[in-house]
Amino acid sequence: MWADRLAVLPVIVIGAWAVLLTVADLYIPEHRRRITAILAALGLIVGLVVNLFIQRHNPQTAYFGLAIADGFSSFLNVLFLLSGLLGIAVAHGYLQRQNIARSEYYSLLLFSISGMMLMGMAADLIIVFIALELLSIPLYVMAGFHRDRLDSEEAALKYFLLGAFAGGFVVYGIALIYGATGSTRIAAILSAVQSGSASPILLTVGAALILVGLGFKVAAVPFHMWTPDVYQGAPSSVTAFMAVGAKAAGFAALLRVFLLAFPTLSDKLVPLLWALAALTMIVGNIVAIVQSNIKRLLAYSSIAHAGYILMATVTLGQSRLMADAAAAALFYLLAYLLTNFGAWAVVIALEREEGKGLSIQDYAGLGKKYPALAAAMSVFMLSLIGVPPTVGFLGKFYLFRAVLEGGFVGLAVIGVLTSLVSAYYYLRVVVVMYMQEGEPVVNRDALLHWTAALSAIAVLALSLFATPLFQWATQATLYAAQ
Amino acid sequence: MVPIYYYIALSAVLFALGALGVLIRRNAIIIFMAIELMLNAANLALVAFARLHGELSGQVFVFFVMAVAAAEVAVGLALIVKIFETKQSIDIDQLNLMKG
Repeated sequence: MWADRLAVLPVIVIGAWAVLLTVADLYIPEHRRRITAILAALGLIVGLVVNLFIQRHNPQTAYFGLAIADGFSSFLNVLFLLSGLLGIAVAHGYLQRQNIARSEYYSLLLFSISGMMLMGMAADLIIVFIALELLSIPLYVMAGFHRDRLDSEEAALKYFLLGAFAGGFVVYGIALIYGATGSTRIAAILSAVQSGSASPILLTVGAALILVGLGFKVAAVPFHMWTPDVYQGAPSSVTAFMAVGAKAAGFAALLRVFLLAFPTLSDKLVPLLWALAALTMIVGNIVAIVQSNIKRLLAYSSIAHAGYILMATVTLGQSRLMADAAAAALFYLLAYLLTNFGAWAVVIALEREEGKGLSIQDYAGLGKKYPALAAAMSVFMLSLIGVPPTVGFLGKFYLFRAVLEGGFVGLAVIGVLTSLVSAYYYLRVVVVMYMQEGEPVVNRDALLHWTAALSAIAVLALSLFATPLFQWATQATLYAAQ
Repeated sequence: MVPIYYYIALSAVLFALGALGVLIRRNAIIIFMAIELMLNAANLALVAFARLHGELSGQVFVFFVMAVAAAEVAVGLALIVKIFETKQSIDIDQLNLMKG
């Protein structure tokens, strides 16, 4: 029993911390809001330390095989906890400037992170569903955090309705897989599939329904319709967090469930995943070209990046490659986390009240007036394109390598071509910053500027130390829950 | 005893009705009810399959789904009420502030 608790300790720490923070917050006076934020950040740091200490190379299942603690989950835990810390850093000043500094924000953030961490540990489809809802429900509330503004309310309702719709697909898919195999454990599903006792029709339909549900969560085309509106309407600090956290959790489930449970269905699923990845890269990058609002631009960019990460799943069924592809996806998520939070920190630094300062034209003259901020933004844009020497380039490099080794030359070509297309709209931001005259207004928020600066340094520096990082991700590859 | 196929067929019909309802109806509350229908279709399938396999975890899952649905109701209705206060309407076609 204690071994079980130890295995899932990081989730317990964050979940309990969120509950205690909700209570403790009642005793913190209103003008000392900062304490709540600091306490939340402290919780995340404790989570990181705990995760580091119990990190293991031998996977350990807990609670009768419901959850599993392995390299994959501890890598993802680091990712989620980091995104929580950065999420607090970009949120603190922003919430005050927007007059929505209510401290339940930090409890909700922690609850959502505990759901994401549970997702990384899920070894049973029931846990996948519960983790999905645990991470989503706080995010619905956070998307509507600006509750006096209609665009935030609208974003929250759209996110909620489509998120619940996606949840319905996931549950029905799980029900069909349970019907086909008689179990919801990923390991038991795998053995039922391999023994051939499971009905292939129920299995394929079930897997496809789960793919639809998770496709909504990671914003894959054609399930992406909600993304631009929600990313634009939600408070920017929430968008920054959910663009990384929710996407990474969705991919955690996708990689764990599909690569582990359904390798024998590869002849039916790989064409589906191929088409999904290709469509997502093409539509995301092409529609981003016409955007004039920076939040919508980054929303379409996040759709496009979901497409690149989806490429890792087409190696389904090629057991030698799957580990490499999963490692490449993890590395890409880490690169995306740093780049994305940095870019959003710059966006939040320029955002003013009533949603002003969000047009790309508002960035005119930034290069002259605020050279450091403009330089950081340029680094993030280059990393999003995938230009060396940034961490984004290495993320793409590892992914494309895995895809090419799997023999999917067509998909890799689509990936490279769409990256070229993406250079157009990312570089437009850089051009506006440096080549056009303007009077940009930047918020004085030291935390925000530090976040942008440190992310920019990390994006550049980690590209030099990418090999150990990638090895860490490779060690974090998947183990079947026994 | 009623054969298992009847239950599965019924649950598939209910799920399809729910999914269609989400796509066709424009009132946020009705859409929400359609989503609940989808979840309950899954519950029916889970219970039927649990009976077929003579195993309990499907039935246990049903309780989790119901608990999650209740949590979703709490958040969803709060959002819908808030939007109605601001807009005096919950027609999702009128939620069109953002485009592009």
